[in-house]
Amino acid sequence: MLKDQDRIFLNLYGQDDWRLAGARRRGIWDNTAQLIQMSREDIVAAIKESGLRGRGGAGFPTGLKWSFMPPEGERPSYLVVNADESEPGTCKDREILRYDPHVLLEGCVVAGRAMGAHTAYIYIRGEFYQESEHLEAAVAEAYDAGLLGKNACGSGWDFDIYVHRGAGAYICGEETALLESLEGKKGQPRLKPPFPAAVGVFGCPTTVNNVETIAVAPTILRRGGSWFAGLGRPNNTGTKVFCISGHVNNPCNVEEEMGIPLRELIEKHAGGVRGGWDNLLAVIPGGSSVPVLPKQICDEQLMDFDSLREVKSGLGTAAVIVMDKSTDIVEAIARLSHFYMHESCGQCTPCREGTGWMYRVMQRMVRGDAEVEEIDLLEQVTYQVEGHTICALGDAAAWPIQGLIRHFRPEIERRILDRKTHSVSTPMAAE
Amino acid sequence: MPKLTIDGTEIEVDAGLTVLQACELAGKEIPRFCYHERLSIAGNCRMCLVEMERAPKPIASCAMPIGEGMVIRTDTDTVKKARNGVMEFLLINHPLDCPICDQGGECDLQDQAMAYGFDRSRYQENKRAVEDKHMGPLIKTIMTRCIHCTRCVRFATEVAGVPELGLLGRGEKAEITTYLEKSLDSELSANVIDLCPVGALTSKPYAFVARPWELSKTESVDVLDAVGSAIRVDARGTEVLRILPRLNEPVNEEWLSDKGRYACDGLRRQRLDRPYVRRDGKLQPASWDEAFAAIRDRVQGVQGSRIAAIAGDQCDAESMLALKELMTRLGSPNVDCRQDGAKLNPAVRASYLLNSTIAGLEDIDAVLLVGTNPRWEAPLVNTRLRKAWLHNGLRAGIIGQQLDLTYPAEYLGAGPDTLTAVARSAHPFADTLRQADKAAIIVGMGALARPDGEAVLGTARDLAQAVGAVRQDWNGFNILHTAAARVGALDLGFVPGPSGRDTAQILSGASNGEIDVVYLLGADEIHHSHFGKAFVIYQGHHGDAGAHRADVILPGAAYTEKNGTYVNTEGRVQLGRRAAQPVGDAREDWTIIRALSDVLGQSIGFASLADVRKRLVEVNPVFDEVGEVTGAEWTDFGGGQVTDAPFELPIANYYQTDPISRASETMAACTRDFAQADTARTGTDG
Repeated sequence: MLKDQDRIFLNLYGQDDWRLAGARRRGIWDNTAQLIQMSREDIVAAIKESGLRGRGGAGFPTGLKWSFMPPEGERPSYLVVNADESEPGTCKDREILRYDPHVLLEGCVVAGRAMGAHTAYIYIRGEFYQESEHLEAAVAEAYDAGLLGKNACGSGWDFDIYVHRGAGAYICGEETALLESLEGKKGQPRLKPPFPAAVGVFGCPTTVNNVETIAVAPTILRRGGSWFAGLGRPNNTGTKVFCISGHVNNPCNVEEEMGIPLRELIEKHAGGVRGGWDNLLAVIPGGSSVPVLPKQICDEQLMDFDSLREVKSGLGTAAVIVMDKSTDIVEAIARLSHFYMHESCGQCTPCREGTGWMYRVMQRMVRGDAEVEEIDLLEQVTYQVEGHTICALGDAAAWPIQGLIRHFRPEIERRILDRKTHSVSTPMAAE
Repeated sequence: MPKLTIDGTEIEVDAGLTVLQACELAGKEIPRFCYHERLSIAGNCRMCLVEMERAPKPIASCAMPIGEGMVIRTDTDTVKKARNGVMEFLLINHPLDCPICDQGGECDLQDQAMAYGFDRSRYQENKRAVEDKHMGPLIKTIMTRCIHCTRCVRFATEVAGVPELGLLGRGEKAEITTYLEKSLDSELSANVIDLCPVGALTSKPYAFVARPWELSKTESVDVLDAVGSAIRVDARGTEVLRILPRLNEPVNEEWLSDKGRYACDGLRRQRLDRPYVRRDGKLQPASWDEAFAAIRDRVQGVQGSRIAAIAGDQCDAESMLALKELMTRLGSPNVDCRQDGAKLNPAVRASYLLNSTIAGLEDIDAVLLVGTNPRWEAPLVNTRLRKAWLHNGLRAGIIGQQLDLTYPAEYLGAGPDTLTAVARSAHPFADTLRQADKAAIIVGMGALARPDGEAVLGTARDLAQAVGAVRQDWNGFNILHTAAARVGALDLGFVPGPSGRDTAQILSGASNGEIDVVYLLGADEIHHSHFGKAFVIYQGHHGDAGAHRADVILPGAAYTEKNGTYVNTEGRVQLGRRAAQPVGDAREDWTIIRALSDVLGQSIGFASLADVRKRLVEVNPVFDEVGEVTGAEWTDFGGGQVTDAPFELPIANYYQTDPISRASETMAACTRDFAQADTARTGTDG
């Protein structure tokens, strides 16, 4: 269990003041100038040493990503912070923005320095209204205190932050769709290559990072990469904010060490599964897009990128959705299919057509109004979508269904057979 | 040059290509829907997926730039599966209504479904239906068939320069629409029909008319403007049913203007299908013999100087040559091809050509448009200028009338005074031209078809010289013609001989009795009321203004009905080919003149088309260079005193400029929808 002195987010529950005074009390903006005055290479090296992997879902090594940014040249470089947190089940960035906005702002300055960017855009989800107000207020405070703007923190480094509110499309959380949206266009993912580090927002080199990724950077620099690397497991280092929701006694956000056992996470922090661990049916371990895990896997499961990949799921955003035995698992996944159909941008074929197809078959599966062979068809369709789209939304729509079929196929078959026997035994009105 | 391996074969290709292009060079066919060479890359259909070594997923080959040492596989199971999968997705919400779809037989989706589709559908759910959109009189929409490739959106935005199409909604509900349900206001709008890989956008006038395999296809050239676009004429029997563009990189790339494409229904209306002779003040049907006899009776004994001939805007070079020979034999120097009275100098070829060439305009970075609206006079020249703006940041200046050209243009002034100011470097735009790497001046008929046209021409020449637009390696002096016949006529010398009369003098001579006989070869754009008591012979294909005034009508062939030579505005000699028979008793034009010359006892002697063409080459060797642009020598021309009158544009309505387009129902509908869109209509209209 994470020791209190190793916590990065000290006001995750809003018990302390979120404004500048409170932030300073918690050690944020403490001699930031010294961090900024580190060389680009040193910052990137420290982040690489820490083993930090992106907290937005894909888990790409952050230090490596920053190192892709070109040296300062004619075109300006930009840092874009992805605060468009829309993955169902996920609410970690929301708490950071709401109760600890300054930790993000400080992270922006430091990360901007590491990539040679003098400007950061924070693209915040449209529905996060209060959060955007807090963030704007925090930005204003930081400007007033000389922490941002010309000669930020007295370091000699100029740094500006702009907050941009989205309009509520899930797809705008995809980094290139976010850049399109930020440019004022329709939020549709771009083709890669070119990657944002070469051609990003306004055609300039850009790095897009998740809120949590940026927010942990200053603490890593203060305490050293090796400190962060010492937490968690190899290649899955550091701390992570987990969002535990669903059928638990005490749904919550909690910062924990990577690689914590799932059962310990739920029982220590969330008050355990409703009705006890044995009442557990399944867990979606990383936000709605990752495949569901049945109880027998959850018993021993560790919560980190690699362990979850081994069981064909993923850490994603570390949004743990707990479902007890009262759950209609097929309908739960069908609801997710509806979400992905609704949020598909419609740009590329497999996702536009496939999400609707999958949803409609899922709908029939919920009622059992299908043939057993159609389970295979549905699975084939998910593989026909996965990996063939411009962005990862197609994958995200396919994975939950794949997880369902992998672990709950008997349940789907039971419904189909049930309905068949039931309808045979029902007398027709004409008889 | 990067080397890559495609399906085990090494290939070296130019840097900057995409994987798809490299695969094509390697002879591998890659299926695609959204990719198009002339549009930006969208990568959204996902049909072109291939496998790349070290990539975890298949890649969209249309969007992936090649790299040294890439290993690409296009023939693996993964690739096949991916393509089959995408094809299945494309088809699940497609109505599969091929039997009633006009795209049937020339549909990319149909063809590729043969190669990559399943033989049955696994989709049991309800299909999506999409409401059709109104896109004007040219484009029929059946949006349920749409596969969202966005080619049409990209064409409208990038090439046509009218961002009026877009993809609204998202996911399954995404729809291509014109946003406000209005017509696509572009002279190139119908190209989206060719671009549409399915039957979502089809040709409205051609709806349910024919199947592609019923049509005979003839390669020809367009004569509705002076660009000389390459076209394919599709006919069934004697009827031309549609006209499509053909690839011709230096001229029209693969686009065609709406008029060139859709005026063809005018070929079926108002046609002159038999000779007529005016008796008792009325035009009466007659036989060829009667018509020729009527001409012989009137012409015999008339002095050559009292006979005149005017050639129209769509004449082929052969018929004009034949007529010129006949006039020479009759002793008449009074011939002219400049119906509009443009003061073009036939002696200096460089003074009446688009010397930069159409493709050359893509490379310029500054242009001065004088008395011209390229968007209406030559839409495909305008797309080149737009390209120059997109790629080189073209700075355009306009002297004449304010215009929306689909790219920004600075308005400098209305008339010759501004032109003179720029020529004398008294206007800042002169510096813009001077500083350009390649500058061009485009002079339209609006600046030349006026009494001081020769002076304007001279001023424009001086200007081109002064700003360095004419150099050893570059000639930026351009004339933009509106008439397809004009350059050919000037090349073969269909202009007044020594002490001959030009168009204006012929007209004044006819009205005051100095001219007794006027021979109009398809000339409809003049004031026929000025002919006074003169005997008018009209040879042409449509019952338009000229036929109305005629005393004898000789029915000729339209451009789709004869083999003819045309020279476009840049001086490129091109051959039009016969796609259908002339209607009724009508004949190919040069044969009519040849037959008449025999009747008049002044035989011009040609026995075959080859004879005429041989004579053409004798008259001017440029006619031997078919398909080519022959450079013209830059010498002195133009001069005189300009007046103050502002330039007036030659075309008032893009859709109706000649007998064919005036007879076309489709062009009339376009006129109502676009050219007169602002005119208020009464309740009884339509």
